[in-house]
Amino acid sequence: MSTAPDREAALALLREMTRVRRFEERCVELYSAARIRGFVHLYIGEEAVAVGVLDAATADDDIVATYRDHGHALVRGVPANAIMAEMYGVSEGCSRGRGGSMHLFDVAHRFYGGNAIVAGGLPVAVGLGLARKMQGRGGVVVCFFGEGAVAEGEFHECMNLAELWQLPVLFCCENNLYAMGTALERSESETDIALKAASYEMPAWPVDGMDVVAVRDAARRAAESIRAGSGPHFLELRTYRFRAHSMYDPDRYRDKEEIERWKLRDPIAMFVEQYAIAPDDIDAIEREVAEEVDAAVAYAEAGTPESVADLTRFVTSETGRT
Amino acid sequence: MSDETSELTYREAMREAIRDAMRRDDRVFLMGEDVGLYGGCFAVSLGLLEEFGPERIRDTPLSESAFVGAGIGAAIGGMRPIVEIMTVNFSLLALDQIMNNAATLLHMSGGQCNVPLVIRMTTGAGRQVAAQHSHSLEGWYAHIPGLRILVPSTVEDARTMLWPALEDPDPVLIFEHAGLYNSSAPVTAASGPVDIAHAVVRRPGADVSLIAYGGTLPTALTAAERLAAAGTDAEVVDLRTLRPLDDETIIGSVRRTHRAVIVDEGWRSGSISAEISARIMEQAFYDLDAPVERVCSAEVPMPYAKHLEDAALPGVDGVVAAVTRTRSGA
Repeated sequence: MSTAPDREAALALLREMTRVRRFEERCVELYSAARIRGFVHLYIGEEAVAVGVLDAATADDDIVATYRDHGHALVRGVPANAIMAEMYGVSEGCSRGRGGSMHLFDVAHRFYGGNAIVAGGLPVAVGLGLARKMQGRGGVVVCFFGEGAVAEGEFHECMNLAELWQLPVLFCCENNLYAMGTALERSESETDIALKAASYEMPAWPVDGMDVVAVRDAARRAAESIRAGSGPHFLELRTYRFRAHSMYDPDRYRDKEEIERWKLRDPIAMFVEQYAIAPDDIDAIEREVAEEVDAAVAYAEAGTPESVADLTRFVTSETGRT
Repeated sequence: MSDETSELTYREAMREAIRDAMRRDDRVFLMGEDVGLYGGCFAVSLGLLEEFGPERIRDTPLSESAFVGAGIGAAIGGMRPIVEIMTVNFSLLALDQIMNNAATLLHMSGGQCNVPLVIRMTTGAGRQVAAQHSHSLEGWYAHIPGLRILVPSTVEDARTMLWPALEDPDPVLIFEHAGLYNSSAPVTAASGPVDIAHAVVRRPGADVSLIAYGGTLPTALTAAERLAAAGTDAEVVDLRTLRPLDDETIIGSVRRTHRAVIVDEGWRSGSISAEISARIMEQAFYDLDAPVERVCSAEVPMPYAKHLEDAALPGVDGVVAAVTRTRSGA
């Protein structure tokens, strides 16, 4: 069912990838200007993964992401204003300044967070899938994680449990080849990640994670199969981050030539070329995105710090039984 | 629920509590290792599979992290899971999920993502099962903001604390001391709303406060009887919850008796007994007639041999000796 997007769909895909790219470029500037602190993990280079996969998700599906979550949150529809405000640590942030870059949450969009324990989100995704199955609600839980997670025991426990119980989870492994500074071949005896999932009897296949249409098509195929009741599916999305692991990372472990080689496969540039997007269309998208990012920064700058008197709020619920 | 009074063991009381919760609320289900076909490692869930079926009495693989995390996700997804972990030592395999997700998601999400999950597990020693099945780590869990820690020590609490735990919008851990499962007492099923925030005085007394919980409550009560025969009137406080700690009941008792002995099966260093002792110092220092005493487990991984295990555990003799020290001023 691989289909070339029509003009409208193509522009939509480009718009989403551009939003993520420009938002994060602004984050770098704001980090350098000390407006944003803590850990900031950039998704630049990997945009086609979140954009392609989430194109296959409906508003009713659940999303679980990692600490590298700006792109997923933006594409999912969490307002840029609320995301930027969260990075500023103000009360208008989508997690009220309690989470920061790594812990964006928006339950109204069924976005269950940036989880910053590698593989820690997988069991939660399995549980969200279990609830859906027990309630007969249908739908899909989309669970993102990096290839570093496959070294964790939780990954293997969850592959087994999801397949054993035939839960509606789409596991999306963003294989960017490096677990922080540790290359895949330095940490895994078997580097074929889709094969690991397949060994649990789960339908699993690798996808070119720099090709947004290939990602979208693979995610649609998997999601459709899950919705039809075929249990969990697994995509290994082969991608690359163009920037360092986090703002603290001097990036000493990668060959500069390797980075440049991957940049030739920039998902945005490749897409523009492949689908011959007109310069006017690109300009229009860039203007629109710049406005959105400017507005998000202005919103965050005008934000109000949470009162210190409220420091211990949300340790326990303030309402009764839900 | 009926108003009938019947004699139940602690094990049966917990089973009835699960049965009752599952009948009352379709969202409630039980999952864990061998809870179904086997009937539960401690036979708590024996017979429940036949009544509720394998979807709601759900056997899991030996994957503590995955099934505890699945409980968290299912709770967020609108279910009311009861996750059983076979022993507290095994819960360490799920510590990431308990600490980094269950206890943390609500705050980290700015109040959006509460986790209405109940985790039950067996704790404590006394069965000669050595150092990987016998520890009392509930005090560790009581360190963590975002969790409620319940330690039912009586058959009645075993029967009644589960439902309010399931009604709590936040994660609740219930620690069941393995030595209590065979204890029995008459229980009235319908006794109104159950408090899961406060300690209670199980035995009033004037001369010393014995502060105990879970598996050490019977020890404290037996010690109190022996002390009474020797002319010392001990009050016994059952904590019932380790988080939150009920300062008012603890401090109120110490203000009446002016002496405190804490009986805790955890190791002394960094224990819940240390926390309670600190609170007594902070809030009732000038009411004390003697230093606070603690009777804890010896600081050793639990040994197998019976005489060594006995020697490692807080016992009646140790409690009586501690009380005597508070009375002698020595």
